[in-house]
Amino acid sequence: MIRLNNINKSYVMGSNSLHVLKGIDLHIEQGDFVSIMGSSGSGKSTLLNILGMLDNYDSGTYHLSGNLIQNMSEKKAAQYRNDLVGFIFQSFNLISFKNAMENVALPLYYKGVPRKKRNQIALEYLEKLGLKDWATHMPNEMSGGQKQRVAIARALISQPKIILADEPTGALDSATSYEVMDILKKVNDDGITVIIVTHEHDIAAMTNQIIRLKDGLIHEIIRNGELKQFKKEYTHGLEAAQIPSYV
Amino acid sequence: MLMILLGSGNGLSNGVAANFMNDAVNAMWIWRGETTIPYEGMKSGRPIQFHNDDQEIVQKVPGVGVSSGRYFMGNTRYSYLKESGEYTTITCQPALKDVENLILNEGRFINDLDIIQKRKVVVIGADIKTALFKDSVALGEYVNVNMVPFKVVGICAEPGSTQNRNAYMPLSTAQMIFSGSNKLHNLALTINATTLEESQAIEEQIRNVLGKQHKFDPKDEGAIGLYNKLENYIQTMKIFQAIKIFIWIIGIGTLIAGIVGVSNIMLIVVKERTKEIGIRKAIGASPSSVIGLILLESIMITTIAGYIGLVLGTGLMEMINYFMMQGAEAAAAAAANGGERGESIFLNPTVDINIAIYSTLLLIVAGAIAGYIPAKRAASIKPIVALRDE
Repeated sequence: MIRLNNINKSYVMGSNSLHVLKGIDLHIEQGDFVSIMGSSGSGKSTLLNILGMLDNYDSGTYHLSGNLIQNMSEKKAAQYRNDLVGFIFQSFNLISFKNAMENVALPLYYKGVPRKKRNQIALEYLEKLGLKDWATHMPNEMSGGQKQRVAIARALISQPKIILADEPTGALDSATSYEVMDILKKVNDDGITVIIVTHEHDIAAMTNQIIRLKDGLIHEIIRNGELKQFKKEYTHGLEAAQIPSYV
Repeated sequence: MLMILLGSGNGLSNGVAANFMNDAVNAMWIWRGETTIPYEGMKSGRPIQFHNDDQEIVQKVPGVGVSSGRYFMGNTRYSYLKESGEYTTITCQPALKDVENLILNEGRFINDLDIIQKRKVVVIGADIKTALFKDSVALGEYVNVNMVPFKVVGICAEPGSTQNRNAYMPLSTAQMIFSGSNKLHNLALTINATTLEESQAIEEQIRNVLGKQHKFDPKDEGAIGLYNKLENYIQTMKIFQAIKIFIWIIGIGTLIAGIVGVSNIMLIVVKERTKEIGIRKAIGASPSSVIGLILLESIMITTIAGYIGLVLGTGLMEMINYFMMQGAEAAAAAAANGGERGESIFLNPTVDINIAIYSTLLLIVAGAIAGYIPAKRAASIKPIVALRDE
């Protein structure tokens, strides 16, 4: 499904060059539920952007569904994004002057679906997420959890193969975060690959596979079976972190 | 803005064109003079006299349309019952009607039969009719012209002129009754020419044939006088073309200023909507669809604003037109009471539907130009930059 081979990426800032990704090798199967973790600056957002074809990489190869993604024109990239990928963002990124239904229907507009049909499909997706009554509401009339559910509906409507979520729960309280994670889990059960970037260990623990990045390299990959171990380590880490505050 | 400029420019040229229309634009007048250059052994200062056969000669020159000889009788006394007055009598041939664009209010003009049969008929100007006949019917009545009774067959007016104090009678009749010779004072004719060069060529040919006939140097400017209306007309029209071009330049200048303004606004709009455009691109909007979005918006802005301007401008023009029409009517009324009226050089300052359509198209093009740079910028927005949390 997703195959990354020695991906390198650096940002040039004036005379300095910042090497963000230093050779990522990654293989994600169809239907995986993956979280990417790491401290800030470890390159996890950059990795997600490359996965979502929002950014180019410098060297290496990236295959998505058997297609080599490399130096493609903006138009081609836009088409791939529209067909294969659904995005969910920390700050929801809904268009403020369109109502929930129109926001959800937007990807279909770029697929050339007629207005009536795309609005009907959008309503179906909103209903699945329990937001049918909110279809005509503007984003600023909704709570954070509702906005994120609208965003998920928007990501799903084009029936993508991958959902990329950049800190989907970062702006939500923990109860709503778990709700959103439940939805993503259901989405994953339908066979769609879900990749989320997160800071929060409890959110990451709900996924099947955790990729930890450190300084632009994959530090460790924790698979489903080892998650219990991970949880223990995480608790231990927390305790360890708390010690200095008593000293 | 462009509308007002174009409208007033149109008004100016319409007005002048209407003044020219008083006579046929391709009219030419030839009058006699004195030779100023010795020719074939004859001294200068010899007067030239036109005769009836000169008109026939000129008529044969290629490029001459219709022609008429004219014999002025100066002040002639016209009387009917107790009313009488002195007016200018122009004796002519039927073609003069076309040369001078005379309008017949009633009856007919001199025709060929009048000339052949030397009928004693007269076409009087509208003012003469008013003075002699008041409100009674003039057609078919007999007026005494220098004590000779003539039948009134028509009442005419010169377009654009408020003084119709001329009377027209058949050349042959007048020559027989009043002068007893075949002399002509001048020749009026129309020429079939559309360009300055053509008309000047015809002019030269006329000088040549008349020079041969009367034995004067064709280059002798004094021997015969010649007024070429087309030459004058073309020159004036050139001036108006220049004015029109000038007006267009100013108009386009204002338009460019407008384009820059709208372009700036659109740049700000794009900046404000960076995030939205980023979202759209992340969702799968291609660069071309983003350009389309911004261009459409820009075209909408310019077209709506432009249309309001168009309506306002046209409204203003119509208003000016309305008041000027009233002014013209008042002036005509004053002229009818014996007052004098200056010819207006400003007529019908409106723009026609074609210009309105063109300017609408122009607005759309302007909108597209105004929106192009902002749209390009919008298309080059990188979604990752746009979506970065502030």
